[in-house]
This record gives sequence, C-alpha cells and structure tokens, in this order.
Amino acid sequence: MKPAQPLRNYFVRHVQVALNSLGRLYRSPLASLMTAAVIGIALALPSGLYLLTGNLQRLSTQWDGSASFSVFLHKTVSLQQARALQNRLQQWPEIDSLQLITPDQALSEFRELSGFGEALDALDDNPLPFVITIKPARTQADAESAALLLDKLRTFPEVELAQLDLQWVKRFNAIVDIVRRSIWVMAALLGLAVLLITGNTIRLEIQNRRDEIEITKLIGATNGFIRRPFLYSGFWYGIMGAVVAGLLVELAFLQLHSPVRQLAGLYQSGFSLQTLSLTESLALLAAGASLGLLGAWLAVGRHLAGIEPA
Amino acid sequence: MIRFDNVCKRYPEGKEALQGISFHLHSGAMAFLTGHSGAGKSTLLKLVALLERSTRGQLFLDGENLSRTPKRRIPYIRRKIGMIFQNYRLLFDRTVFDNVALPLVIAGYRHQDIGRRVRAALDKVGLLDRERAFPIMLSGGEQQRVGIARAVVNKPPLLLADEPTGNLDPELSSDIMQLFEHFNQVGVTVLIASHDLDLISTMPYTQIILQQGRMVRSRAHNSP
Repeated sequence: MKPAQPLRNYFVRHVQVALNSLGRLYRSPLASLMTAAVIGIALALPSGLYLLTGNLQRLSTQWDGSASFSVFLHKTVSLQQARALQNRLQQWPEIDSLQLITPDQALSEFRELSGFGEALDALDDNPLPFVITIKPARTQADAESAALLLDKLRTFPEVELAQLDLQWVKRFNAIVDIVRRSIWVMAALLGLAVLLITGNTIRLEIQNRRDEIEITKLIGATNGFIRRPFLYSGFWYGIMGAVVAGLLVELAFLQLHSPVRQLAGLYQSGFSLQTLSLTESLALLAAGASLGLLGAWLAVGRHLAGIEPA
Repeated sequence: MIRFDNVCKRYPEGKEALQGISFHLHSGAMAFLTGHSGAGKSTLLKLVALLERSTRGQLFLDGENLSRTPKRRIPYIRRKIGMIFQNYRLLFDRTVFDNVALPLVIAGYRHQDIGRRVRAALDKVGLLDRERAFPIMLSGGEQQRVGIARAVVNKPPLLLADEPTGNLDPELSSDIMQLFEHFNQVGVTVLIASHDLDLISTMPYTQIILQQGRMVRSRAHNSP
C-alpha cells in the first residue's frame, strides 16, 4: 500500500506541482502577465537606480585616480614664456608629467568636439589662453600635498588660475552615496509592495479555488499539500516579475547607451554604461522569487486556515 | 470499525445536535442511518470524518480514539474513509479521471499506479468509457458514480455516504445502493445516511434511527 521510494516520489511530486502551477498561470496569460508586469515595474525601479548609481561611482573613481591640475596662464603670456615655465616645472619632483596646450590647439579641439565650429569662426581672435595640464607624481595623490602644490603654482606671475578638480569629485561621491542609501529605503518599500501584490493575487486565487480546497481537505489532503500549489504560484509570479524587471532595465539602459557614449567621447573617456551582470541578474531573480514566495506564504497562512469543509 | 460511546454534540449556537449516542458498527458491516431532516444524521457522519468534534463521550474509528486525535492527524484519518455526498462534490474543471485520481495524488501514489487504480475504480462503477469526460457532461446518476469511484479508489476500509440518492430518481437510487452492497460484499464497512425509507426497508441491513438528536432504535436485520 505504501508508495515506494518516498524521497524520490516527494521530489517528483514537487516538480509536478511546480509545473502544474506554471501551467495554471499559462492558461490565463493576460492576468498572469499583468501581475508579472506590476511586480516587474516595482523591481525595476530600485534595480535600475542601483545600476545607474553604480555606474556613476565607477565614473567618479576613474576621475579620482587621474586627478590632474589645470594651470591657466594670463592672456598676455607669450609662447616663449609659456615654454620657459613648462621647462621649469618639469624639474619639480612633485610632478610626474605635464603638457602644454597652445591656444590654437585648444581652439581646434574645441571646434572639433563642441559643434560650435561656425560660431567660433565669427570670433576675431582666439580667446583661449595657454594651459598647462599637470599630472602629479604618485606620492602627491593625497589632498594635502595637492593643496601645497597648488599654492606653489599660484605664486608664478604668469599663472592666472590653477585648479584641481578634486573637490567636486568628493561632493559628487557624497551625493551618489546618499542616493544609493535612499535606494535601499526605496527597495524595501517596493519589496513590500511586491509582497502585497503577490499576497493579494494568491488570496484571490485561494478564493476562486475554495471548493477545490474544501473537497481536497475532505478526502484527506494535508495542509502542506494544499499550500504547495499556491506557494509555487507565488514563486513563479516572482520569477516572471524579475524577468520583466530585467528586461525593463536592459531596455532603459539600451536607450541611454549611445548618448552616454557620445557624452563620454566629449570628455575623451572610453566610459560606457554597464548593465546587469550575471551575478546581478541572478540576484534579481532570487529577490523576485523569494519575495513572491514570501508573499504567497503570508497569504496562504492567513486565508487557508479559514477554509474548513462542512 | 465505528464505536460511539455516549457521544454528545452541542453546536456553539447552543443547539444539541446529538445526545447520548452509543452504538457499535462492526468491521465489514453495512448499516443505514435514518431519521427526519435535522435529526442529526449529518452531524453523526461529520463526527466520524472529524469535520466536527464531539462535545462529550468518546468515539472510536478503527480502534483510534477520535476525541483525542490531534489536528495534524486528521488528513490521515480521512484517508481511511471514502466519503460520498448528496451533491457529489466533484471538481468541475477536471476530467472524470482526474477527479477519481485526486485521493491517490493526495496520498502520493506513483503515476503508473494511479492510472491502474483509477481505471479499476471506474470499471467498478461502469464508467470506464467516460474517463475523459468532464462532470458537467454527465447525468446526475453518473456524477454520483464518479463520486463513489473517487471514494473507493484508494480502497478505504470505511465508506460514509450522506444522502447519496437524495437527488436521484428511484431506479438510479437502487442502482447506487447495489453498488454499495457490492463494496460491502468485498469487506468494506458501509454507513449510509438516508431518509429514503421505501428503499431502505427493502434492504436487509441494520438501521440506526435518530430523532431530535437521540437514538430511538437500532433495528437489526440479518446482523451477526
């Protein structure tokens, strides 16, 4: 009488129930897709923002490592004077390398990249000064020695302005950090929304199948047996939602891809947006599945107990 | 198989549904439970199937004291009982085959065994050719026979039927009763609640007669 190989049987039954639940969703495709879409949107928002801020942080660390000084010379400084200054600075141990950009070079570069070519033609003379860009030696990477170097550069009469664009990188990082933290708050709230959505969907499903639940209880179904298909439904809703979320994020980033490449090109950077990695995709799937499962679990716990055959 | 020992059932609303019921239905016996509507027939069956709990007294099923059964054991007790209902209680979104297979699926039988046993049960009730039909396509008598096939498919030692012929005409009713006799002959204990006295009186089985929750008489026919 006892079924043979109980463990293997248990596994086979789970697979059957999982496939049955999937089949049930497939038989009402529109309703299932709508639920999956709602879950997907709720998951897509935090994951999209997470990716975006991740990209921004990556961008700012790139800048961090290659912090360089820009030294703008007075308009009155001649080419000889600029070259003399360049040669003197080359001797400094604090400086790794430096490059002199003439007004002509700067103008042609600007013309090429900015798209203001014709407007520039209207100018009588070149308004741009000589600029020396300085890459500090590795020992000078910290903020203190950078400030010392800046002060030293400012003492030259030829120098109109010397600046290091590290300050705004720091501020930018702080802002990204705040945004990133607030994403977790948002993810928690939207995760709660996913719980409620799956919970409510499962609750409706339980109501629709009330007769079936009563009858199966009458003929000896355990609570576990009755619970199982609903839990799998929640699981599949979560998985489908995560897939929808992944697609939405990929689509959105696809839209951003070429404008970002163009912008990065303007800054002579090879930067490009990174979309979901394999690990991140798996994490998204796992998050969707566990939220769906948990939502179903809560709904089942609340509503199944109330159904007893009479 | 079933033993009631001074069993009382009072519903929370205060109604005394059963009072001081005592009887013993031996293994392999067949008996009718009769009485007017509201006499407590359904309540008595519900106590056996643990759909309700007795408020006083003790009742035993297959030697197990049902007054002390913990909740999580209830499903396993119910698997020993084949239950048949007046309104059949079939699942209308599933085929006849799937309806009959349900108790086996619940008990975790293997796929191959399920097919074999379901067909055997359908054969016994004469519906082997309708396994792919949906219940809605069947007549009332056929639906009840599907219900009976579902009740016997996992070979329970006890069949409980609550007004199984209540919605059927006399000819179909006697067919159904013959089916129960057939199962009784192969050793299944059968307890049928019915107020169809014309039909019952033609059959040689014990009658447990209820009146307003009390057992007035137990009329024995042919009983050992």
